[in-house]
Amino acid sequence: MLSLERSGDRLVAYISGELDHHKCAIIRKKIDTVIQQERPNILELDYSQVQFMDSSGIGLVMGRYKQMTMMGGKLIVTNIPSHLLGIFRLSGLGSLGVLR
Amino acid sequence: MNIQNEMKLSFSAKSVNESFVRTAISGFLMYLDPTISELTEIKTALSEAVTNCILHGYGREDGTVYIEAKVTDKNKVIIKIRDKGCGIKSVEEAMEPLFTTGGQEQAGLGFTVMQNFMDKVSVRSKEGKGTVVTMEKSIVRRGKNEKP
Repeated sequence: MLSLERSGDRLVAYISGELDHHKCAIIRKKIDTVIQQERPNILELDYSQVQFMDSSGIGLVMGRYKQMTMMGGKLIVTNIPSHLLGIFRLSGLGSLGVLR
Repeated sequence: MNIQNEMKLSFSAKSVNESFVRTAISGFLMYLDPTISELTEIKTALSEAVTNCILHGYGREDGTVYIEAKVTDKNKVIIKIRDKGCGIKSVEEAMEPLFTTGGQEQAGLGFTVMQNFMDKVSVRSKEGKGTVVTMEKSIVRRGKNEKP
């Protein structure tokens, strides 16, 4: 469901499986604990292995964006699979410049 | 409008059941041979509606979520999601994009997703009584759909 990897000033969170409100609550807690401890400059959320998500997956990005901005860091979302593009488009997250 | 097939489901308003209900609707609609995109859109819209029941309808209270799904002879899927929770104060306000009562972790996109992914969405709600969301979507016939 989640694996975290530190490389230099970047923390990469590889998220997999089905991302709904239940799973997001668990993933959020894990990521937040680690970013508080490690204080990376960049948090990367890798969505390549997400098979399904509802708007909770958008909430996860928005919440981490706020956390990282408050800490003076940056958030990016990478490898969004084509089946999730519809919901990302609806979210308007593109305007934050975080989607890669 | 003739109903060709239907199912009813009720389950505890616990977030762990969100994945169960998506699996259940996929299984029910499989005989219609929907495309991956049609099925994903229905599953996503349903996931949003069920999350609303659990998170906002019942909140910290225990409760039951009721699902009723019907398929018409024109391949139209009609899904009703009902809770007996707190109800919505203003449906118009709740349906506005980005509106949320759920704090910074909620995107406020639930109804926006339902409206974009389904052909039709309607909401009836009464404070203190609960909420019913009805969603419709036509599945394109591909010739090899099985009869139920």
